[in-house]
Amino acid sequence: MRPPLSVGAVGQPRWLHPGAWWVWALGLATAASRTLNPLLLLVIIGVAAVVVSARRPDAPWARSFAFFVRLGILIIVLRVLVQLVLGAAIGTTTLISLPGIGLPDWMAGVRLGGPVTLESLLMALYDGLRLATIIICIGAANSLASPSRLLKSVPAALYEIGVSVVVALTFAPQLVADVTRVQAARHLRGRATRGPRAIAGAAMPVLEGALERSVTLAAAMDSRGYGRRSDTSARRRRAIAAVLLAGLVAACIGTYGLVAAGSTAALSGLMLLAGMSLSIGAIVWSARTAIRTRYRPDPWWLPEWLVAGSGIAVAVCCIATSWWFPAGMETPFDPPTWPSLPLLATLGLAIALTPAITAPPIPVPFVSAAMRAPDAVEVPA
Amino acid sequence: MIRFDDVSITYDGRTTPVLEHVDLHLREGELVLVVGRTGSGKSSLLQAINGLVPHFTGGTLSGRVLVDGRDTRTHPPRELADVVGVVPQDPASSFVADTVEEELAFGMECLGLPNDVMRRRVEETLDLLGLHELRSRPLLTLSAGQQQRVAIGAVLAAHPRVLVLDEPTSALDPSAAEEILAALQRLVHDLGITVVMAEHRLERVVQYADRIIIVPGDAQPVAIGTPQEMMRLAPIAPPVVELARAAGWHPLPLTVRDARRAAGPLRELLVGQPPPLRAVAPDGAGETLVQATDLSVRYGTRWALRGVSLSVGRGEVVALMGRNGAGKSTLLNAMVGLRTAASGSVMTHDHDPASLKGSELLQSVGLVPQQPGDLLEATSVADECRAADRDASVTPGTTRALLALLAPEILDGVHPRDLSEGQRLLLALAVVLAPRPPLLLLDEPTRGLDYPTKLRLVDALRDLARGGHGILLATHDVELAAEVATRVIVLADGEVVADGPTADVVVASPMFAPQVAKVLAPFPWLTVSDVITTIGPLILRTHAPISGDAVG
Repeated sequence: MRPPLSVGAVGQPRWLHPGAWWVWALGLATAASRTLNPLLLLVIIGVAAVVVSARRPDAPWARSFAFFVRLGILIIVLRVLVQLVLGAAIGTTTLISLPGIGLPDWMAGVRLGGPVTLESLLMALYDGLRLATIIICIGAANSLASPSRLLKSVPAALYEIGVSVVVALTFAPQLVADVTRVQAARHLRGRATRGPRAIAGAAMPVLEGALERSVTLAAAMDSRGYGRRSDTSARRRRAIAAVLLAGLVAACIGTYGLVAAGSTAALSGLMLLAGMSLSIGAIVWSARTAIRTRYRPDPWWLPEWLVAGSGIAVAVCCIATSWWFPAGMETPFDPPTWPSLPLLATLGLAIALTPAITAPPIPVPFVSAAMRAPDAVEVPA
Repeated sequence: MIRFDDVSITYDGRTTPVLEHVDLHLREGELVLVVGRTGSGKSSLLQAINGLVPHFTGGTLSGRVLVDGRDTRTHPPRELADVVGVVPQDPASSFVADTVEEELAFGMECLGLPNDVMRRRVEETLDLLGLHELRSRPLLTLSAGQQQRVAIGAVLAAHPRVLVLDEPTSALDPSAAEEILAALQRLVHDLGITVVMAEHRLERVVQYADRIIIVPGDAQPVAIGTPQEMMRLAPIAPPVVELARAAGWHPLPLTVRDARRAAGPLRELLVGQPPPLRAVAPDGAGETLVQATDLSVRYGTRWALRGVSLSVGRGEVVALMGRNGAGKSTLLNAMVGLRTAASGSVMTHDHDPASLKGSELLQSVGLVPQQPGDLLEATSVADECRAADRDASVTPGTTRALLALLAPEILDGVHPRDLSEGQRLLLALAVVLAPRPPLLLLDEPTRGLDYPTKLRLVDALRDLARGGHGILLATHDVELAAEVATRVIVLADGEVVADGPTADVVVASPMFAPQVAKVLAPFPWLTVSDVITTIGPLILRTHAPISGDAVG
């Protein structure tokens, strides 16, 4: 066995532990959640984009980053539109005035149309940008870490749920293939392949096919030993699962309390601590009773520590900045001022950029053609 | 290794058992072939070995099944996973992981083997089945033959003592099938694994079997014996055995090699005899029904067809052959407008099929897809027939009448899903034929069909060709092609590599030659019935080697 802090062969291609990518991305997202500074938010998006472009494999699940970016833009546009039409006016710099509609008294506080001010637009823009940045950070994790590898690293107590989710994930592309096949069959019978009647006609065969396949799959999994148990009693297994679930819920609530402004930090911290220890206890307990083993588990070596650490660092830097120098994290929009870059947060973001170098390169078959070194490109004869 | 003691299986809601009083004893290191019609209880027999029957399927199993000393009554399938490995009919439906390597390891993970053992066994299995180059490939990108090998490897890696396979070669082209069978052969000989395998395509497997189990169905007694004993009497037999039976050769040859040794006198008898003509000349023969000109089709960056030119005329039965993934299905799809040409053109009756819609399309070309069940949406056979009449705008009752000709035993009230594989195919064929399309396309029609159903299909296709239809069928089944095709087209990598009369194309080909052609080469004979009709069974017998006089 290699020691836990093994560097691994430096520069040797391998998959980074998906958990490390998620810690990094959640760290970035936490940093984004603490600020309304558009410059800082744009830098966060930039950091995510640089790391993704450096370490994204060429696999179907990894192509989702562009989708998340588009989703982010949509969120910003929607947020601004909502502000334009419904939001209350802040500030005095009126840009244009939309025709307003008078609403009855009982809807006081809600407004339709009316003057649009620069200040309220800026506020909506910054707010939308913050949400978009968080979404883009999640997108980065999604395209850097394979969902099925992540699920394989779930603790033994959740193993069976993990396998079910992996199976469900592989079902989605098969369902798409089924729909194409059934539509082709409808074409062969001279029937419409679009429209509500086509969907209704295709639904039955597709669902029947999916059901039939899941029964076959269940039989195959059973035949291969899935669900073999050691001699632990069912009651004990259920107890483990319950403790783990309770622990995870407590940890989630605690994390939310810490991240969201305006709740008691001490209580949230305590909640997080209790939740974490419960979960870890349940995991250790269940690991003792499990008979399953894992093939080539992703190791957690130095690169994993560095990547996860950089995520934690950026989160800590931003939280610290927002506590001690809140001015830098907020950009006053009333009156509008040019945002500045707070030093500590910027330092954190620079650290968050390091996974582009410290994460090991991805295995060769998954390197996209555009990223391949020139000598690796086949020269046509 | 496997012992059935007085086993009877009755499914819930049925009054008669599928299998009754089965007594079997299979030894270690045996390759046992299970033969029987669709619905005869073959699959139930296989599934009883690892306890899927009755633990998973329900129903009642009386008697006792012992595998390696473990009783399936007290051991559900997962507790037998370390002894019995089961490869289901459609390997893709059993995949759990997303890459080859992880799929191979899944069973071992469930058994809780230590990591170093798993690493070693995955490597060994990759080598054993020639999968090492595919180790990190996603499973969905593999060809059918590769998927089948991965499915076998996935159960093999757990080192079971028994391997159970349900029709392992039915979806494979001849060379991929041979690869699988060679791998199984090696497992039996080198590792002493007991293999139990069901297969309809006897001509592919019978020579590898140590013993054969015949499941006659209708709860009649199951018989087991050596291939020689069983093939002498079996109602269904591969062509080489049929030829041997007609010629009275003894001992019964099971392989082409043995048959060739016995066939010397027969070949002498055939010198100068031309095989019967199979091209029939119906009315309007020669009229071209479909014409592909320099047709190319691509999926993204992959070209599935590259400059294909061919035509099918009235009264022709053309067999389209080639490896899995050679572009056969793509070509058929292009002919019904499901794929558009990247360059070149395909014309059915002076129309581009992609421009036709609804009943116009149905009246010019019909395609029976690989899974004929896809075509069927109604909840009863009668509804399906009525819907087909409506789709095609033909007189009500047309489809039902056609179906009565093709498969008289199918009842109106049955749900299409409850039909056997073969009956579903015939129903789909009736649906497609209702608008009387001059051009009929079939994609892998004999996949999973038993011999009797195949014979019915062959008769139906011959009648259709005689009636002036043009037929193009994509198939891996060399015996089917030998039986019905007037012309054979071979595709490789999206290009036409051979196009000519059946005998010219297949006789000299090691992959596509039917057994009779291999036995009687260099003479261009393709089927047993051709030989029998030409010289008569009586003459055959007098010149059999057993009588000792080899007169020329």
